Amino acid sequence: MGNGRGSVIRDVAIRRNRYYDSVFLMSVASRLAKLPGIEDAAAVMATPSNRQMLLDLGFDPAGLREATANDLVLAVRGERDAVRSVFDVLDSHLVRNEDAVSSISAPSWREAMTRQPASNVALISVPGHYAAREADVALDAGLNVFLFSDHVAVEEELALKRRAAEAELIVMGPDCGTAIVAGIGLGFANVVRRGPVGVVASSGTGLQEFTCLVHRAGSGISHALGTGSRDLSDAIGGISTLAAVRALELDQGTRAIVVLSKPPGARTLPSLMAALAGCSKPTVVCLLGLAADALPRGPRPLVARTLDEAATMALRAIGASDLPEVQSVVDVRRWVGAEVEGMTSEQKYIRGLFAGGTFCYQAQQILRDLGMTASSNAPLPGMHAWVEGDTCCKHTLVDMGADEFTEGRPHPMIDATQRSAHVLAVGEDSTAAVLLLDVILGYGAARDPAGDLADAIRGARAGAERRGGHLAVIASVCGTDGDPQGLEGQEATLRDAGALVFASNAQATLASCEIVGRLTSSREAK
Amino acid sequence: MTTTLQALLDAGPIAINLGLRGFAESLKNQGAPVVHVTWEPPAELDADLTSLLDTLI
Repeated sequence: MGNGRGSVIRDVAIRRNRYYDSVFLMSVASRLAKLPGIEDAAAVMATPSNRQMLLDLGFDPAGLREATANDLVLAVRGERDAVRSVFDVLDSHLVRNEDAVSSISAPSWREAMTRQPASNVALISVPGHYAAREADVALDAGLNVFLFSDHVAVEEELALKRRAAEAELIVMGPDCGTAIVAGIGLGFANVVRRGPVGVVASSGTGLQEFTCLVHRAGSGISHALGTGSRDLSDAIGGISTLAAVRALELDQGTRAIVVLSKPPGARTLPSLMAALAGCSKPTVVCLLGLAADALPRGPRPLVARTLDEAATMALRAIGASDLPEVQSVVDVRRWVGAEVEGMTSEQKYIRGLFAGGTFCYQAQQILRDLGMTASSNAPLPGMHAWVEGDTCCKHTLVDMGADEFTEGRPHPMIDATQRSAHVLAVGEDSTAAVLLLDVILGYGAARDPAGDLADAIRGARAGAERRGGHLAVIASVCGTDGDPQGLEGQEATLRDAGALVFASNAQATLASCEIVGRLTSSREAK
Repeated sequence: MTTTLQALLDAGPIAINLGLRGFAESLKNQGAPVVHVTWEPPAELDADLTSLLDTLI
């Protein structure tokens, strides 16, 4: 960021028919924004939504009028001379270093299939507008599809999945963040041991947490298949979920089958339950957000309330013993006592800031089951709606990976800038008692996600201390000892910053509730 | 060549990647076969012409 001496200008440059992927462009923007005298920079393809974002930021509409989704726009705000310097050598900022991928690149589908005729899956993460067409090409070629792209129309999703089903293929997605097939992670996946548990999930971070919990319990994953967030809606009818369950039922390495999802559509739920009841292997279902009494508790499928419970049930069902102890109640009570001690009478509320949408969802469910209410930008039934800027709320649980935070900006799993700002703001909030966070490791995630948040955590705690209070920081780390970031080191970084670290989002949320419960009861006692 | 979901689970991923280069890189690092297609958005054409081109190439 610049110091702002001299007049500040905004300028844009357009490069026609130059395509770069969004991750590369965010790294370009981030590098430009750090140059001396530059206050802000954006590098985006000129899609209608990106053009609107730039107009909202005050960039010249005339310069953007003729740009199309195939054109690259660089928009820079800063001191006049600094902005001029950037534009003088603009193309040098767009040179991509040769990397490991260059040696395995092909110029076209046809060339790729010729070079690797045994291909069996296509990973597609092109912009949503083009994704369905490319997925169609993949199905034409007889490939399964891992469709990371979002903004694919539901009608297109249905057509793709019907086509795939006819050919005994699967479309994982759209909006599918992660899968593990035969020990190989696709997209954002953690490094987990191979083992007997198969899982099908409509939520990426839910699947990541579940596979990590199974690994950390000493067992492993046969396959973990994502389906996309809408698969179990009545519009799609669970086509991919049901195909995945059938495949895991036939898979020799799978001994238990788990399905994780938000509540399915009313017409699709019975199909899912019947499919799981009809399996010869033990089955577990965890439908986050569903009321506690909405499903019958029977032998097949077993019904879990949380991701932790789903992992434990699956492992017990296949005879695992020696499961790791969840942090003991006595331990938690001792920590809670110490945390509560330094708090002021104003401090009452949990402020959850999540990178994983499922963690925000599961945390709300846990609060709701305990009779508590919260506000959220992704509210469960019974919770209140929250939008950025709301300050009058009690407990708040915010999904920072939601569209309103990620439109044209990096997801909090890969860049902590936005979440750090919100963490620091919690330090200025005199009613905040607990800051609840998730940290997600694995392929695709930031290189040092705990380190990226550590300064903000310290800053937030210092803010509370300046007012004579104490902010409890409760974090969970979704990861394993095999992840590139290293689980132990990440946990140590969080502890050094003053956080209490838990092995799962459910445990961290329960500890947070214990703290605010203790605050209430000790104040009532007075 | 045609495969199925079952064949994918049996053989493990042999992948073609379109879009984010990082996904190809992580597959390569895990030892999985992968080819990365250097994808670019197609020129803006009307749907009929696009469909005709798909048939021809």
